[in-house]
Amino acid sequence: MASDSTLELVSLSKRYGEVLAVDHINLKIPAGTYCCLLGPSGCGKTSTLRMIAGHELASSGDILVGPSNVTDLPPSARNTAMMFQSYALFPHLTVLDNVAFALKMRGIETATRHERARELLALVDMSAYAERLPAQLSGGQQQRVALARALITSPQILLLDEPLSALDPFLRLRMRAELKKLQRELGISFIHVTHSQDEAMALADLVVLMNNGHIEQKGSPREVFNAPRTEFVARFIGGHNILVQDGQKVAVRNDHLILSAPSSPVSDPHLDALITQIEYQGTHVRISLATASGAELTADLADDDFDAFPLTAGQAVTASWDRKRASIFAPLS
Amino acid sequence: MMLVFGLFFLLPLVLVVIVSAWDYNEYEMLPGFSFRGYTDTFEGCLSDWPNICTIFKTYLKTLKLCFITWVLTLGIGFTLAYFLAFHVRSITWQITLSLICTIPFWTSNVIRMIAWIPLLGRNGVVNQGLMSIGAIHEPLEWLLFSEFAVILAFVHLFTFFMVVPIFNSMIRIDRSLIEAATDAGASSWQTLINVIIPLAKPGIVIGSIFVITIVMGDFVTIGVMGGQQIASAGKIIETRLNALQFPAAAANAVILLGATIMIIMGLSRLVDIRKEL
Repeated sequence: MASDSTLELVSLSKRYGEVLAVDHINLKIPAGTYCCLLGPSGCGKTSTLRMIAGHELASSGDILVGPSNVTDLPPSARNTAMMFQSYALFPHLTVLDNVAFALKMRGIETATRHERARELLALVDMSAYAERLPAQLSGGQQQRVALARALITSPQILLLDEPLSALDPFLRLRMRAELKKLQRELGISFIHVTHSQDEAMALADLVVLMNNGHIEQKGSPREVFNAPRTEFVARFIGGHNILVQDGQKVAVRNDHLILSAPSSPVSDPHLDALITQIEYQGTHVRISLATASGAELTADLADDDFDAFPLTAGQAVTASWDRKRASIFAPLS
Repeated sequence: MMLVFGLFFLLPLVLVVIVSAWDYNEYEMLPGFSFRGYTDTFEGCLSDWPNICTIFKTYLKTLKLCFITWVLTLGIGFTLAYFLAFHVRSITWQITLSLICTIPFWTSNVIRMIAWIPLLGRNGVVNQGLMSIGAIHEPLEWLLFSEFAVILAFVHLFTFFMVVPIFNSMIRIDRSLIEAATDAGASSWQTLINVIIPLAKPGIVIGSIFVITIVMGDFVTIGVMGGQQIASAGKIIETRLNALQFPAAAANAVILLGATIMIIMGLSRLVDIRKEL
């Protein structure tokens, strides 16, 4: 069953008038994957999700779920379900009726559909609120209900449009852990649109980083973080310095930058810089540097390393890095 | 605010109620408590039982007109509002089309009614047209000065009062709710029944109250379009006023007020209007 639901996008495009929002993307998401579509606003990630859901027509290209081409099928015939950014719960229906809505549309009788809805409410831990109206729930509770409602048709792929953006930071972390747990338990694919790299790093098996309607890079969070393929990826994902090595731009992780006293002999590539700011972050110390040419660098030093070689703002240092640990950007294609 | 309300609404209302319990003769009202205004109104209702007396007949007729008008204005108004809210994509067009709907209101009530006469009269455009294509051989008499004409005029005059509140409710419906319904497999008909109508209910009730209160109290339209031949609750009051029988007119006004309040109370049970405003 699960093997049927690999999602494949083949040269998928979306055009709004003259604007190409999604530009011929190819992507394969194996069944049971937690995939995050990551990127700045306007990068085409939401359009892509909405095309997969069927709420937006593809301008060209194909969407395959397992063996079937669903490009022109209505949303409910695609084996997918969507959870909306604002949750889109029906304000006039109780939590129970909201969850049972899809079954009601299929003409399933009240007792059966309510029983099934109660099972799903139990799954998201919302049984106690079955008779409430959405307006009487907190943001986190509404999200659980929206999850239960999306899952009632037993979709093979759940599409989540910025599901955590409406929550406060504390709740966001908690719901994030619950989403991941739920995805593991259900064993279905989650495709989660977000602009937060933290969220994508924490959740995804597969991160798809988009920019200007293109896929910049896809891979596991570890691959993307350790080997950003483009300058855009390195900047967006954060935690990297963009440096020049052998006349080529490279990305070096903040914690791979080594600071030493100026004019000490280093064979590795290096730069002279002034310390502009020192921030203590608990597990590490973040040091901001500026080079003579005005470029800004960031180095994260482990607590112990900092103690062994204390630095003060205004001090001149040499920043060096291990050539082998630098990520060389892929040539522009 | 309270002063205006008291001066222009409560005070006249209280006066009407007081006057309705006064006595009267052929040409003046006589201060002093009497139920004659009411007893005269219901004259013959007990003695003629089981035949329906004039006042009940009149009210039944008024209710019938009111009901038919309500059904038609609701149907047409809901459809128009639905079209404006969901099929007209741009705000500019929504505003433009709404303004076009208000064009009939640029002229007075009476002119809009009279405009029907050359159209529907015995030698009017409709009859002439039908006769020339041979659909009928003699003019249709029921086109003008009939219940048909009255209802036609009501629908023409008051559909807009349905469109505005229903449209207002509809544009407040979050578009993602409709997508969520589609996502759940609802057909457009199912979406209409299960999502749009329940969420447009406040607008439907407010529009219904506008139309029902206006039609229940109307005597001008019924007079002009009915050729002064159709009785209605509003018409009774007008007749009594013309006869200078103020207490009787006031008594009828109180009865009409009571009847209308009952209908509105029934409607407001369907929806919490104060919450929706």
